[in-house]
Amino acid sequence: MASKNNLLSYIERNSPVHRLTGVTKLVVFLLWTIVCMVSYDTRVLICAMILSIVIFLIARIRLSEIRTVLIFIGVFLLLNDLTIYLFSPEEGVRIYGSRTILFQFSERYTVTKEQLFYLFNVTLKYFTVVPIALLFLVTTDPSEFACSLTRLKVSFRVSYAVSITLRYINDVQNDYHNIAQSQQARGIDLSREAPLKDRIVGLAGIAIPLIFSSLDRIELISNAMDLRGFGKKERRTWYCERPMTRNDWIGIIGAVLLAAIAIGVTLTNGGRFYNPFR
Amino acid sequence: MNHPVIEFNNFSFHYRSQAKPTLTDINLKVYAGEKILILGPSGSGKSTLGHCINGLVPHYYKGQISGTVAISGTVANDAVIYDRSKKIGTVLQDSDGQFVGQTVGEDIAFALENDCVPHAEMIPRVEAVAKLVDIDGHLKSKPQQVSGGQKQRVALAGVLVDNVDILLFDEPLANLDPATGQYAIELIDQLARETHKTILIIEHRLEDVLWREIDRIILMDRGRIIADDTPDNVLASGILREYGIREPLYLTALRYAGFELTPQDRPASVSKLPIESIRAPIQNWYRSISVPESEARRDELLTFDDVTFSYDDRRVVLNHIDFTIRKGEMSAIVGKNGAGKSTLCKLICGFETPSSGEIRLRGDSLNNVSIRRRADSIGYVMQNPNQMISKVMIREEVGLGLKLRGVEESEINRRVEEVLKICGLYPFRNWPISALSYGQKKRVTIAAILVLEPDLLLLDEPTAGQDFRHYTEIMEFLVDLRRRGLTILMVTHDMHLMLEYTERAIVIADGELIRDDIPSRVLSDRSVIERANLKETGLLELAQRTGIPEPIRFVQRFIDFDRQEREKWRQKTTC
Repeated sequence: MASKNNLLSYIERNSPVHRLTGVTKLVVFLLWTIVCMVSYDTRVLICAMILSIVIFLIARIRLSEIRTVLIFIGVFLLLNDLTIYLFSPEEGVRIYGSRTILFQFSERYTVTKEQLFYLFNVTLKYFTVVPIALLFLVTTDPSEFACSLTRLKVSFRVSYAVSITLRYINDVQNDYHNIAQSQQARGIDLSREAPLKDRIVGLAGIAIPLIFSSLDRIELISNAMDLRGFGKKERRTWYCERPMTRNDWIGIIGAVLLAAIAIGVTLTNGGRFYNPFR
Repeated sequence: MNHPVIEFNNFSFHYRSQAKPTLTDINLKVYAGEKILILGPSGSGKSTLGHCINGLVPHYYKGQISGTVAISGTVANDAVIYDRSKKIGTVLQDSDGQFVGQTVGEDIAFALENDCVPHAEMIPRVEAVAKLVDIDGHLKSKPQQVSGGQKQRVALAGVLVDNVDILLFDEPLANLDPATGQYAIELIDQLARETHKTILIIEHRLEDVLWREIDRIILMDRGRIIADDTPDNVLASGILREYGIREPLYLTALRYAGFELTPQDRPASVSKLPIESIRAPIQNWYRSISVPESEARRDELLTFDDVTFSYDDRRVVLNHIDFTIRKGEMSAIVGKNGAGKSTLCKLICGFETPSSGEIRLRGDSLNNVSIRRRADSIGYVMQNPNQMISKVMIREEVGLGLKLRGVEESEINRRVEEVLKICGLYPFRNWPISALSYGQKKRVTIAAILVLEPDLLLLDEPTAGQDFRHYTEIMEFLVDLRRRGLTILMVTHDMHLMLEYTERAIVIADGELIRDDIPSRVLSDRSVIERANLKETGLLELAQRTGIPEPIRFVQRFIDFDRQEREKWRQKTTC
């Protein structure tokens, strides 16, 4: 029941990716993000995207399990591309230093090969980072995530808060479904036929009980934690802590090497952009 | 037994946000190894007393303290909560909500993690304590996935791992099915014997706690200690009813039979009652009560016709369910946690669709009827009122469903006022909901459903967590609604509720309907009791021990008699 609608929460499975420690996954994820954010090099980005698909396969996560999130992100990306084009139609021309016109809408809005290539790179960038971010979320046990954050010198209070939040995503989703159902029974219409205004009002009718029941939940859990001595010392130890294995070191060293190569390749362009128009 | 481990001296506590002190002049001594029940209706201060013991007062709940509380001989009025957690382990009411860890093992280890116990030492300690409470086979499971009884063990292990001397249980039975509750009491008892820990249980379900022996009952009311005595003395004195606590049903039966109880009769346990002296009065009383006529069969309202439901076509949750609810009935759906009871409700409301079979309302198939259309005839009230209330004012909340259905303003006002009168909420009609008590909020949610004029009212655990006074209030209200022609179907764990208020019990176990019968017969069938995690009633044992030939009839007659008594009492108080 609980697994039916979960977005972005941990999916338990036995795969080589799951077996890596949280620290390894966090390090790889951070390096990956830095490289993909810095580089606009199409070659680097395409390689990274292929690699991310390979890792997905290794992690045995099915497409259907993350489809909703992917669709959401896809729509968001299209909107993003559109706004970039509307506000800055000549961005690609400025970056790549040439102007190959394909066709023209109006005086301001021309479609150039350079702009299309730029937008392609932007989209590609997200498609390399987002799957890895998703993968990181669904393959990392929230407690282990907290544990690895503290190893990277983040305060354990902060990291535990993050972990608890991740854990409760599922419960809050279940609450949401229960509340939504009972409110629908009272006549709140959330279906597509209802006018947008009614749907927004309807959502408010769900949000309020959801907030109040979540507040109850928070009071309970914070009392339970206090009663068992949470935060009595400056640091804490972790039950789920696991020793680093050979695979972890291979993963980290591999990620560092790949990141160095990727940055190196990017820099040979003399900038962040790979320019096929020159 | 020389030094008290907990000692309150002229202790009072006043919450910052409250007008009056919640605890007044508490004087209490608890000695090592004692097993104590803290009893009292909601609002009596028993939970606050618990908070003052485990340190949530003043750590989390702020307020004014006077007098002293000493733990192990040292005054601890403002000792840090962490120092107390070394000595006192608290098991909270909601076993799902109190789990912090992602797995059973991690949850047990939580206190050790906070104490910076090294990983190498932590693992064996967790394993040892898991073995002590017999949960060591589930260390890798998620706490939410294990059964109700196992959850209790996980919660216990989580405080025992710290090697505490005192265990405080805050309403441990509130969310458990009857058999699991009974099991929890046995587990606590076993622990008390084997480890010699001091045990404090805060509870209002007296009969369930008395399943195993306890040393003392502390009865609280309005922030004061009313009685501090052995269970036998407290029960024989008869003061419990005055303070809104339900006495065990077998004692009510004895009173009805005109038997005067003394502490020497050992009233705390049905098996220790002096059978020779109670046999005659019980038998005479049994023969004297008349049996009311059974009523004629009524029209069909809701029918389940061979309904099966499974998630993803694999996990079968409900298997070939058949039953019929007739107009004007008040029935209960019972069974253990996770047996499929809430799924049954979801099917009725249309939140889920049967995989096969048909649900009919007045003979018409509901298969293609939308949630909203069903809601015109079937009103569903969730367990937690906070999950239903979405408006600030009572009037708005109750009128919401009508407004969404486009009913005219004047008509809404008329119907809302009418419903508020029925629900006894009319005097509060212009109040904000936040100013109401939990029981009143529950009424608001029922009112908000009633205003839609359904034929069937479906309630999920209508009295969960309520003390006897509120329980009676809610149930009598439902009886009143039923008299107005409403059909009522309830999902419940409460055996008393089922016995006293319903005429039919539909028992679900592991997705199957295993019994559909009058409650007294259900509760006399050992195999049904076992499969559905129900519990035998003390009444039945009383009947068997006093040699009544047909114990089921005894239970049934007791219930009928009790209903009539309640009816008389109602008429006396309302006129």
